[in-house]
Amino acid sequence: MNLTVNGMARSFDGDPEMPLLWYLRDELGLTGAKFGCGAGLCGACVVHIDGVASFSCVTPMTVADGSQVVTIEGLSPDGTHPVQAAWQELNVAQCGYCQAGQIMQAAALLAETPAPTDEDIDSAMSQNICRCGTYPRIRAAIKRAAGQEAR
Amino acid sequence: MAALENVSRRAVLLGLGAGALVLSLGLPSLAQEPEEPLKFGADAMPNGWRDDPRIFISIDPDGTVTVTVHRSEMGQGVRTSIAMAIADELEADWNRVRVAQAQADEPTFGNQDTDGSRSLRHFFEPMRRAGAAARLMLREAAADEWSVPVEEVVAENHVLSHAASGKQAGYGDMAARAAEGEVPARETLVLKSPDRFRYIGREDVGLIDNPGIVTGTAIYGMDAKAEGMLFAVVARPPVVGGRAVSHDAEAAMKVPGVQRVVMIDPPPQPSEFQPLGGVAVIATNTWAAMRGRDALNIRWEDGPHGTYDSEAFKAELEQAARSTDGTVVRNQGDALAALQTAQRRVEAEYYIPHLAQAPMEAPAALAMIRDGRCEVWACVQAPQVTRVRIAEKLGLPPEAVTVNVTLLGGGFGRKSKPDFAIEAALLSREMDGAPVKVVWTRDDDLHHSFYHTVSVERLEARLDDSGRPVAWLHRTAAPTIGSIFAPDPMQKLPFELGMGLTNMPLDIPNVRAENPKAQAHTRIGWYRSVSNIPHAFAIQSFIAELAHEAGRDHRDYLLDVIGPARKIDPTELGDVWNYGEDPARYPVDTGRLRRVIETVTEAAGWGRDMPARRALGLAAHYSFVSYVAVVAEVEVDETGEVRIPVAHIAIDCGPHVNPDRIRSQMEGAVIMGSGQALMSQITFAQGRAQQNNFDSYPVPRMDTAPREIHVHLVGGEDYGQPLGGVGEPGLPPVTPAIINAIFAATGQRIRRLPVGNQLSS
Repeated sequence: MNLTVNGMARSFDGDPEMPLLWYLRDELGLTGAKFGCGAGLCGACVVHIDGVASFSCVTPMTVADGSQVVTIEGLSPDGTHPVQAAWQELNVAQCGYCQAGQIMQAAALLAETPAPTDEDIDSAMSQNICRCGTYPRIRAAIKRAAGQEAR
Repeated sequence: MAALENVSRRAVLLGLGAGALVLSLGLPSLAQEPEEPLKFGADAMPNGWRDDPRIFISIDPDGTVTVTVHRSEMGQGVRTSIAMAIADELEADWNRVRVAQAQADEPTFGNQDTDGSRSLRHFFEPMRRAGAAARLMLREAAADEWSVPVEEVVAENHVLSHAASGKQAGYGDMAARAAEGEVPARETLVLKSPDRFRYIGREDVGLIDNPGIVTGTAIYGMDAKAEGMLFAVVARPPVVGGRAVSHDAEAAMKVPGVQRVVMIDPPPQPSEFQPLGGVAVIATNTWAAMRGRDALNIRWEDGPHGTYDSEAFKAELEQAARSTDGTVVRNQGDALAALQTAQRRVEAEYYIPHLAQAPMEAPAALAMIRDGRCEVWACVQAPQVTRVRIAEKLGLPPEAVTVNVTLLGGGFGRKSKPDFAIEAALLSREMDGAPVKVVWTRDDDLHHSFYHTVSVERLEARLDDSGRPVAWLHRTAAPTIGSIFAPDPMQKLPFELGMGLTNMPLDIPNVRAENPKAQAHTRIGWYRSVSNIPHAFAIQSFIAELAHEAGRDHRDYLLDVIGPARKIDPTELGDVWNYGEDPARYPVDTGRLRRVIETVTEAAGWGRDMPARRALGLAAHYSFVSYVAVVAEVEVDETGEVRIPVAHIAIDCGPHVNPDRIRSQMEGAVIMGSGQALMSQITFAQGRAQQNNFDSYPVPRMDTAPREIHVHLVGGEDYGQPLGGVGEPGLPPVTPAIINAIFAATGQRIRRLPVGNQLSS
């Protein structure tokens, strides 16, 4: 299986059923995408597969084969993607564990819908769980990244 | 009893006579000589506190200041807040401040158990002193170098200067010389006056961990790496006290990548923080380990708790709460006599289920053993007990065990118990010391938590002609956390009783609290705000019920029942614990409780007209020596679905170190509390937790969480006042405020949590 991860060509000849998450974390050492539920229920593992926000914990390597994968480590060269910047400006994170997935979900939302409504934000972001309860700041940061609202 | 010494979570375990046990949890240490004055805060913890800034502050020749933070970061912002306190007194430039995480070493750092909402409560002053001492040592070094009086040397914003001679130097230039100097005595230090604070109390300080978090480079326990690392998952007995009778190691070994299948013996009960035992699968990646585990085909023997059933146990607790043979834990006046009459007598029972902390990062730890030393990387709230327990297990001295504390992907009390780190050490030993990372799945986390207890709270009151309560009886029946430490004491320990039950400050002449027995059938542990959850839910629901019975406005009634502003000595209420704090310095202050209620109700527009099926609900609670009130605005649609468009929360936690993190903790508490109110519970059948993942254990998501949250910081202007807690006290009043709002909106009184589909009939 061949794929591109954060712009680098990679190949894999292990268990084709292995979820992409474990390939990224255990084989490539890219631990930005997190393990939260293993069942596509919490979004901590979200990465972009061909630009689409995807649960890497339930995406087998056979499905990732031939795709372009972008993880939080590859979202921007220096952490200055507008979503990353807004996240820092509003001190969104508490423990921070879910935030890689939240940021990747939000970045995909804004790529698709540059001026999201509250309903758009609800619909995309409710796929991701934050146990610390940062949702109000996530919403505000998405609006800030979209240029809709200053704090 | 000897085996229980040095258990040390919030403090040591203390034996009180044969068989009796109490968790002191910050009680003034009994190890002190009787004639010594009682100690509190950081000084009272095991290993006390060492006044030496060199433990916490290092300054490189280039001037970079590194603050070593000895408390675990789990989202409360402690790494940023402690650095703020030190940097401020040090007069350091924030842009040149870095943070390092302390390894487990309490003799050096003092207490590291990150729990009890006390990192800043205990360490704000000591950290300020450390910063001030380092600053003085820098000034002394410069004075020495320049041969001028130290009084004439100024240290400001990373620069040392002497006006008369025009001499100037950076902190880095003087750091080596300063480190050789004498550490000033505590009494000689002069702390800044608050009007000169640069960082303390400021809202706009960025989190020190922001860059790592937003780029995915921050390292949590789950992310720990080592050369040649192996990965393990463990199949644990589904019932506490159970064991694997047989398993198919061969089938697991057939999975490509699986290296070993290892039995872990179940511990004797009660098992404190020990691993549950079971069968481990060690592989070259996590996925292979998980597939190997799936193939084990284990037959379990359940042991005595194999019949634990939540519905049956609820009935048992109700029976206990209706019995009169509980221990009387508070008695003032004669509540029983006053309750003899049937006139204006109100009673209610409340049920609060088990909960799992379910931090987004399930437990995970990496361990390796080499040359007689064990090194561990783990997301632990209690590094020292992690170190000691691993050392015991491996037969090493504690000094031969290094515990590196990673960031914690949430903790909420779960990671105060290092069972998972002990597992990693045991499995590394099985692999001849190779690095082994133990990964818990979400199923593992929900099936093998140290759960929040399960409670039935029964309240009875008699009202006078004006509708005011003249008698109050509260019976609490719930398994105790003490059951993991000793043969089940069956009754709550002083620290559990002191979480809102005995120290309940209502102005009622006849008050009685009783604690009937309840047996534990699973591991019970700390969960953010602990016993305040059931106590606050029951008391704050019941007051709303009494207000309704009396036909009075809930806010006015609540303020009336709290009574006039006064400072109550908690020991007079029967609370000897008082969160480990000096009762003289930390009385229960009903004036502060009144003020958060007044603030939050005014902000929420209490009393305004609302559309149908929409209403406000109120609750207030004192815990972790802070005062919090919540008004939730709820909307219940025709199908019984509850939405919370707005919530207001007011906290008085004394002076503010990092107000932005106080706000974020309150925001998080409102959201976590809404989950407890509406959706989350752990239930048992045949001894097994029934919830497997976030589908069956739902927690709030963006579309179900309270939408707008307004945080009101009350008080805090006087930095001479002692600090209150922040991480936990926001949570207890949230759930009853929501439940009271649901009653106001629908007329339906929910007494069993969570609401679930109770409103849909």
